[in-house]
Amino acid sequence: MEKIGVYVCHCGTNIAGMVDVQQVAEWAAAKLQRRGVVIGRDYKFMCSSLGQELIEKDIKELGLTRVVVAACSPHLHENTFRTACKRAGLNPYLCELVSIREQVSWVHTDKDQATAKSMAVVSGGVERVIHHAPLEPMKVSIHPDTLVVGGGIAGIQAALEIADAGYKVYLVEREPSIGGHMAQFDKTFPTLDCAACILTPKMVSVGTHPNIELLTWSEVEKVDGYVGNFAVTIRKRARDVDTSLCTGCGICWEKCPKKVVDDKFEAGMGMRKAVYTPFAQAVPKYPVIDRPNCTYYIKGTCKACEKFCPTNAIKFNQEDEVITVNVGNIILATGYDTFDAKRIAQYGYGRLPNVVTSLEFERLCNAAGPTNGEILLKDGKTKPKAVGIVHCVGSRDKHYNEYCSVICCMQGLKFAHLVHERTGAEVYNFYIDMRTPFKGYEEFYQRVLEEGTHFIRGKVAEINNAPRTKEEEGKLIVQVEDTLVGVQMRIPLDMVILSVALEPRHDAKETAHRFGLSCSADGWFIEKHPKLDPVATMTEGILIAGCVQGPKDIPATVSQGAAAAARALGKIHAKEIALEPFRASVNEEQCSGCRICNGLCPFNAILFHEDRMVTEINGALCQGCGTCVAACPAGAISGTGFSNEQVLAQIEGLLLMNIGEEALA
Amino acid sequence: MSDKPKFAMYWAASCGGCEIAVLNIHEKILDVDANFDVVFWPVAMDAKYKDVEAMEDGSILLTLFNGGIRNDENEHIAKLLRRKSKLLVAFGSCANEGCIPGLANLSPVGEIVTTAFNTVSTDNPNQIYPRTSFDTPEGEIHIPTLYPRLKTLDQVVDVDYYMPGCPPESHQIAAVIDLVVQVLQGKAQLPPKGAVIGAGTSTVCDECKRTRHVKTITSFKRIFGQPIDPSLCLLEQGIPCNGIATRDGCNARCPSAGAQCIGCYGPAEGVVDYGARLITGFASVIESNDPDQIDRILDGIPDPTGQFYRFNLAGSLMKAGVSAWKKEKV
Repeated sequence: MEKIGVYVCHCGTNIAGMVDVQQVAEWAAAKLQRRGVVIGRDYKFMCSSLGQELIEKDIKELGLTRVVVAACSPHLHENTFRTACKRAGLNPYLCELVSIREQVSWVHTDKDQATAKSMAVVSGGVERVIHHAPLEPMKVSIHPDTLVVGGGIAGIQAALEIADAGYKVYLVEREPSIGGHMAQFDKTFPTLDCAACILTPKMVSVGTHPNIELLTWSEVEKVDGYVGNFAVTIRKRARDVDTSLCTGCGICWEKCPKKVVDDKFEAGMGMRKAVYTPFAQAVPKYPVIDRPNCTYYIKGTCKACEKFCPTNAIKFNQEDEVITVNVGNIILATGYDTFDAKRIAQYGYGRLPNVVTSLEFERLCNAAGPTNGEILLKDGKTKPKAVGIVHCVGSRDKHYNEYCSVICCMQGLKFAHLVHERTGAEVYNFYIDMRTPFKGYEEFYQRVLEEGTHFIRGKVAEINNAPRTKEEEGKLIVQVEDTLVGVQMRIPLDMVILSVALEPRHDAKETAHRFGLSCSADGWFIEKHPKLDPVATMTEGILIAGCVQGPKDIPATVSQGAAAAARALGKIHAKEIALEPFRASVNEEQCSGCRICNGLCPFNAILFHEDRMVTEINGALCQGCGTCVAACPAGAISGTGFSNEQVLAQIEGLLLMNIGEEALA
Repeated sequence: MSDKPKFAMYWAASCGGCEIAVLNIHEKILDVDANFDVVFWPVAMDAKYKDVEAMEDGSILLTLFNGGIRNDENEHIAKLLRRKSKLLVAFGSCANEGCIPGLANLSPVGEIVTTAFNTVSTDNPNQIYPRTSFDTPEGEIHIPTLYPRLKTLDQVVDVDYYMPGCPPESHQIAAVIDLVVQVLQGKAQLPPKGAVIGAGTSTVCDECKRTRHVKTITSFKRIFGQPIDPSLCLLEQGIPCNGIATRDGCNARCPSAGAQCIGCYGPAEGVVDYGARLITGFASVIESNDPDQIDRILDGIPDPTGQFYRFNLAGSLMKAGVSAWKKEKV
């Protein structure tokens, strides 16, 4: 008979406010005595050192062989209590943490019923822990190299931090150059630094760093392995340029006769050639040939670039190269897409020429952009006299995205300042709430207020070009209610900038699947803990940084890039990591080789022996996720910590009050 | 009466196929006669319950009990034979896991009686239904009372061995009889109590000769109406074959003959709930991430209970189509 200790946590009033914790502890000690419970205690904060000492003392003095703690979610404190058991000489895996906070006190409103449910949950834990076996964590080594996916400012920061610390980084970017969205911006709020001036030095550092292997025009195809030992397959798309010969002189794109609308870097506002680098300071400097638009690939003739290249670096019909790299950690910094403003038809984007998105406006006012930084109307010559900036386009809106895109208020203020400065136009900001929470942001708001920008608190109903008065002729008319005054307004403007929402990448779900992560309902990647572990994920060894986790501004993105790098460096320095000893294994007697499980493992830990017609699980690759355990129709696969006995015993324990004690084995 | 060990066989809620299967062992049946004294076997010989009641407890060496426990008569005889027998074998699918009669656990007793006595095929103009007791001039007479649900043998009495199959295969019956005879002669030992006998430890796939690959299912099909590759795994061809979760021992008879396994040998060794295992097994290899398409694929299984619990409903974790929270009055 096991000697089981039951410890019920008050969690201040978090649990004790809704559950009679003392009654639960006393009930367990009295009613579950015949199941092996020798002590039941409640304590204000079980996770405090005094709470832990209670458990340790009982293990030593009462000779407990099993411990059940009824407290918060195992995500939070499972490790705390396991470690306490270990300190007292009990195998940590003989401790079971059952949640009576997230699953009881926080979700119920009737104290009697919540107390009864807590008793059931404790009883389930007691029945389960009887079937626990002592386990030892598995140690695996950490490969010192790191993969960073995404060459925006988050990925750049992460790569530089790790490379500067002396470790190798592979930086994968699917565009021809790193730089990301930040490279498209003109100025950055609130300091109005030129984005390129602060970004390009970092890009150059990445390009020349001896510890960084830069793989642009490349995408990750497959991720095998597990923390410390990932094998990542990367497709290096054919550039049609031999980078060992190319000097980046630019003659090829000068000579290329084919002009293409650049809907990526120039956001559709400018042109580029069919052989191109996205912008002048691109890193690496080597161009790529855009095959779908290249005259040679379309018609079979031209080759102007090849003819004029002084180093014979143009190589038509190059083939993609697929490489595999071994890394210990992966940092995902794949960024965001912008909301398609066409989805809000009443704003006229795509129909009314002078309604532009925020990203388009960034290019319009960028000194290196299509107008050399002059803010002009679509006709290419007229300066606007009145400009409107609409906030929350596609954000904070039940029809599109309910979340706040974080950057739009400050971006709107920045645009207001730039328009003022460069055109002297009247500027209107249409906002729902003004949010300027970080360092220097409120001051910037005050500055823009003083510059004379008009602020109208209201959600724009419509933007049209149907005039009702003479002043409205030839203008864009913004229909809006100023909710502070309570009047409907029609404001004639020359240009309207839509501050479009930040959205998850269109292929975020596939990316998440490829790396074994989950997305929130909105599509952002889910961090391990929203407050205390924002750059880790539930998949050990895979970190996230920047907007891939949710909308954020540049300082927050850079912080996350650095934080993810620090987490990776911590693992690299530790050289090895202890993994939870939860593994699936196959009973070969029972396995018939039906092959149901063979294609399911997200970690490729399943191998099939054709000769013996049985399946085997590689314990080093297995992460204990349980997919194959659930799938095996023969019940031939079992998972440590989640055996049939453990799960069924827990259910029986939960139903103790329904089925009666005598029904328990 | 001879001093040979005594043998009994009984049918509770069953079809009689198990008895036929025993007779189907051909000349091996003579071994039964040579080694045993058959004391009780209603389908084969005349005997009265009172004869059994008169026997000494534990005096029957081997009882093959087929059929589920559907009424009070079944339960009475199950308990009686348990008392009288040294070795009680749950013989065949009904006694093991409820089988086809167990599917009636989805319906309340009233509905079952109505269906049996008043359907399109039953001419019952006066709406006459059986009563469990009736007063006659000679006294009150009884017929057995139906229980709210069918139970398996081991949900009522302690069972020594389990022999699955609907019915058990003749070669397996012959092998078991051989084994018992050898034990009697001191040449072999009985397996541990509670063991499954006359069957394998893996699944039907283990004995199936069809070739198998990593599976993906894009649609479920019926066995007729399209060409079926004779050498390829049926499940890979979209035929919902239950072999993946079903205990082996039948030599994969159905898949070998071109029909899908319907699961009559019951859950494989490691399986707790047969239907649940099959459902997760099938679901794991459905090749789609689109909920609508997955729904369309699943529509290819028109009768999920019949597909996944045809033999095992009464023996499943659910046991019956009743609310688990209501206290049963059995």
